[in-house]
Amino acid sequence: MTDGSDASSVRGLGVWLTSETPSSPLQARCIQIYLGWLGLARNPLAMLGLAIVVALILAAIFAPLIAPYDPIAQDLQRRLLPPGTPGNLLGTDELGRDILSRLLYGARITLYVVALVVVTAPVFGLLIGTVAGYAGGWVDTVLMRFTDVFLAFPRLVLALAFVAALGPGIGNAVLAIALTSWPPYARIARAETLTIRNTDFISAIRLQGASPLRIVVGHVMPLCLSSVIVRVTLDMAGIILTAAGLGFLGLGAQPPLPEWGAMISTGRLYILDQWWVATMPGLAIFTVSLGFNLLGDGLRDALDPRSGR
Amino acid sequence: MSLTGSRFSGRGAWLPSRTGLLKGGRVVATLAATLLGLLLITFLIGRVMPIDPVLAVVGERATNEVYEATRKAMGLDQPLIIQFFTYIREVVTGNFGTSLLTSRPVIQDIARVFPATLELATVATMIGVALGIPAGVLAAVHQGRWPDHFVRLIGLFGYSMPIFWLGLVGLLVFYGKLDWVAGPGRLDVFFEDVVPQVTGVILIDSLLAGDLEVFTNALSHIILPASVLGYYSLAYISRMTRSFMLEQLAQEYITTARVKGLSETRVIWGHALGNVMVPLITVIALSYANLLEGSVLTEIVFAWPGIGFYITNALLSADMNAVLGGTVMVGIVFIGLNLLSDLLYRVFDPRAG
Amino acid sequence: MSKLTSAWAIGLLAAVSLTAPASFADTPKDTLVVATTIDDIVSLDPAEAFEFSGGDLLQNTYDHLVEFDPMDLSAGYQPGLATSWTVSEDGKTFTLTMREGVKFQSGNPFTAEDAEFSLRRAVLLEKTPSFILTQFGFTKDNIEQTIKATDAKTLVITTDKKYAQSFVLNCMSATIGSIVDKKTALEHEKDGDMGYEWLKTNTAGTGAYSLKTWKPNESYVLEANAEYWRATPAMKRVFVRHIAESASQRLLLEKGDIDVARNLTPEDIAAVAANGDLRVDEDLRGRIVYMSLNQKKAPLNDPKVIEAFKWAIDYKGMTETILRGQYTVHEAFLPLTYLGELKDKPYTLDIAKAKALLAEAGHADDVAVKINVRNEPSYMAMAQAIQGTLTEAGIKVELTPMTGKQSLGEYRAREHDIYLGAWGPDYPDPHTNADTFAHNPNNSDEAKLTGKLAWRNAWDIPEMTKETEAAVQEADRDKRAEMYRAIQKEHQMTSPFVVMFQKIEQTGLRKNVENLVTGSAISSVYYWTVTK
Repeated sequence: MTDGSDASSVRGLGVWLTSETPSSPLQARCIQIYLGWLGLARNPLAMLGLAIVVALILAAIFAPLIAPYDPIAQDLQRRLLPPGTPGNLLGTDELGRDILSRLLYGARITLYVVALVVVTAPVFGLLIGTVAGYAGGWVDTVLMRFTDVFLAFPRLVLALAFVAALGPGIGNAVLAIALTSWPPYARIARAETLTIRNTDFISAIRLQGASPLRIVVGHVMPLCLSSVIVRVTLDMAGIILTAAGLGFLGLGAQPPLPEWGAMISTGRLYILDQWWVATMPGLAIFTVSLGFNLLGDGLRDALDPRSGR
Repeated sequence: MSLTGSRFSGRGAWLPSRTGLLKGGRVVATLAATLLGLLLITFLIGRVMPIDPVLAVVGERATNEVYEATRKAMGLDQPLIIQFFTYIREVVTGNFGTSLLTSRPVIQDIARVFPATLELATVATMIGVALGIPAGVLAAVHQGRWPDHFVRLIGLFGYSMPIFWLGLVGLLVFYGKLDWVAGPGRLDVFFEDVVPQVTGVILIDSLLAGDLEVFTNALSHIILPASVLGYYSLAYISRMTRSFMLEQLAQEYITTARVKGLSETRVIWGHALGNVMVPLITVIALSYANLLEGSVLTEIVFAWPGIGFYITNALLSADMNAVLGGTVMVGIVFIGLNLLSDLLYRVFDPRAG
Repeated sequence: MSKLTSAWAIGLLAAVSLTAPASFADTPKDTLVVATTIDDIVSLDPAEAFEFSGGDLLQNTYDHLVEFDPMDLSAGYQPGLATSWTVSEDGKTFTLTMREGVKFQSGNPFTAEDAEFSLRRAVLLEKTPSFILTQFGFTKDNIEQTIKATDAKTLVITTDKKYAQSFVLNCMSATIGSIVDKKTALEHEKDGDMGYEWLKTNTAGTGAYSLKTWKPNESYVLEANAEYWRATPAMKRVFVRHIAESASQRLLLEKGDIDVARNLTPEDIAAVAANGDLRVDEDLRGRIVYMSLNQKKAPLNDPKVIEAFKWAIDYKGMTETILRGQYTVHEAFLPLTYLGELKDKPYTLDIAKAKALLAEAGHADDVAVKINVRNEPSYMAMAQAIQGTLTEAGIKVELTPMTGKQSLGEYRAREHDIYLGAWGPDYPDPHTNADTFAHNPNNSDEAKLTGKLAWRNAWDIPEMTKETEAAVQEADRDKRAEMYRAIQKEHQMTSPFVVMFQKIEQTGLRKNVENLVTGSAISSVYYWTVTK
């Protein structure tokens, strides 16, 4: 939160953050976030989740420094070695590549997918939802019907169909996931907008002559943000699992990229005698998803006490 | 996989917020619009696929003459819009065309594979309900103490596990090493076609035919994939049960019942649980719909010849008719179950709308 | 735990333990259970079927005019439904005498009229494999004269030119030469389709088995034809089940749930070989694995660059590791055991040489290619190993895995850079591969000779095309073989094809299964010879 070097400013900040009479909307917002953080910090499981997520990010950033080998360097003479082999802590795969190195570099792909989906789907959903909710009438009907059509598909089936149409590859997998995951955000944003729309606060702005566009983008969207963020954190595990599922079906990242789902897919050929080839990436996916889920769960409890009950 | 409780939290918004019970005509119009959109999207996806459907028919060695003749015969030389209307017209009359992979009408294929998915999803839901509801109740009763944390953690594990991986590991351990259950597929090969097909659901057909051997075999095949799939619905159902129960336990009538000296078991399992059954039924219907989706990867790992397996295979072989037919079918069932869950919610819960 | 939960847990445990003896000791004595992949079957009509597993199924349900002896495949074609034949002076007219006393599974007797019907309908239906017959000059308009039953036991076939006799008869042994029950086919005729719609999902032949059920992508069941003319099959029923995973096939085999597993990885084969109850059979098949460089794409058309690719592949390393036991190094386009086979292996892994060649060509570090490859485990493993050595040689490689049908579209449109794939011979005569690898009469885009690999890679070879045409007409067997060897040697040096491997089929079997013939390079699987 702070760098802790200036004690008085810390204390000052502490007072500002715990004030019961915020003097500006910004301060009110910051207080809310700070209190949320305090709640989160008290939850050991959420902290564990946070630690996992941070570890993932660090692994992705520093993969070239910590990985013992090049993730795509093959050595056919050293293939399918079991975990614990000197030099290959987690063993090697069917082409003699170091599994640990592949997992570390794979973290980059996972993070890349999550990041891309997170900056696209919620934004699109937010836009559709707020516009529908604010405009009402036929705009609302049309947009929501459009959303319903997408909601009517099972997500994975639709993503499968999209990737099959666009061609396999990591970029297309991201696009397919984004295309299939925006509708819930639109729903949430619309519901929030409906409650915000008629508040005095928005009416006042409207009376000042602000354009609808400005009201939606400048005032309605920011207010919808916190519920969308909670939802996004909770969805991240789902995004990772869907990406891995596409990889497993051979529709996600392509070889020799060390994508975890694809690693399981090739590993299943060797599952009887060389269990580690499929098991290690499975554990990686599980750990990271669990991290996001623990964090999201904690976040929801902290920010939205109602749902935690 | 989006078998998350959060999907439900978004659900409140998915209920049309307008007033009153949905009117019949309105429901039909909504459904028709949604279905048309569904058809349009699947059709467009089918047409932009990089796989050439003609090649899927004629194979690698066809000469160009054979190729062109087949293209014409498939109607692919027509403009897109004409193709779309032809498609709609056929679908309305229940004709999804012939599958390239199986050389049979798609509708017949769906009738064959759908019961397999239904069987899997049903057994999985049964497992999810049987374990999820008690777990949720337990968690609510011991809110904030270790049973609560335990149940919560089990649920989070469920949301975090790649289902195909869990299936693989399950197969390795319970089939490969321990030999407790049967392997991939619905039945051992000798038992195939032994009992007459009535419903297409082997567990029921074998009982109807009184053939316990087939029933046992089918059960030993389904138990593992259904447990894997059921874990997900368990995670979801236990979470929802917990939250419904907490709401009930805070109510006054519970305190009254306790004061009246009713046993704790009766209060919890009788009164409180009885009252949450209604919303729970809608949750179960939703989880059932979500399992349709979860079954895609499970079916592939377990070579389970259901609709997910069918669609995936068709997709990879450019079997357009099968992909479109299968996806539309899943979409319809999905919409149906969602609608059912909404209606149940509205009918039974006075607070909604 | 609550009472309810524990009750359920106990119930679940009971259900599991009830089903615990999931494996059965052995399959029945007179039943063969085979695990393989059958998802490539598109049609069961012999005039259309052209896939590996379709060939397996039809081999056992239909017979041909000439047949192979499964116990001695190297002996070549033998009398089948035709007992003898004569060839006219000019080499163009074949007179075949039909076998008497053979019955179709329907009970109808087999006559020359059925043979006439079967070959004519294969030409008339114009399905993909029809070129195997039409290459002899049969057309819609002339089949009334060129394929003719002169009486109940005589069939006369007239070709447009003189061809090697073995070439014509070898083609008759291909799936498209299957003899269909005319009466049954016509009983199911719809809109003059000669029974096509019905035969797509049913069989009507004289073969050792008839098809009882077929569930696409799942399984099919064959039932023995007790009156089969060659022998009475010992296996009364054959269950063929689609199981894609090698690991699953191996488990089922180990547990005795199946008798034969046909798609095992090298790792699983090793485990099967080490198991006292099981055995591994090996059979050299006709499938060739190759990589081809599109000559429309510079610099892939530079002879030095082409040669560099040939030196930058670890042929031996792959067959010793990822492909262990499943492929043998083979660098010529005719499969071993074919007439004119060439055993020379001029290329081995030599990165330095590849680098030098690239430098000479002025492309030391600037070649970047895409390799299209089938998204199947063994091809993906090969592709990645190739990617590894090519990268060492300074060639940047991007792999684009596709389903078989996806990659074909691009390949046939001549849009690929490099294609890595397999080619299986269509009929047991050297012309089958020579025709596709070394024959390209018109290299223009408009010609659309999409069935020929030489055309697909835009390889313009007027000289070699003439040589191939000459070889197919040569009557003298030894001379013909020598001609094919010469073509292949030239092909090895100059062609943009990097021929790498030939398939060895490794089959895992229960110890008691004997005489399962998987067909070698020239045929498909035979079930009627199997005993247990």
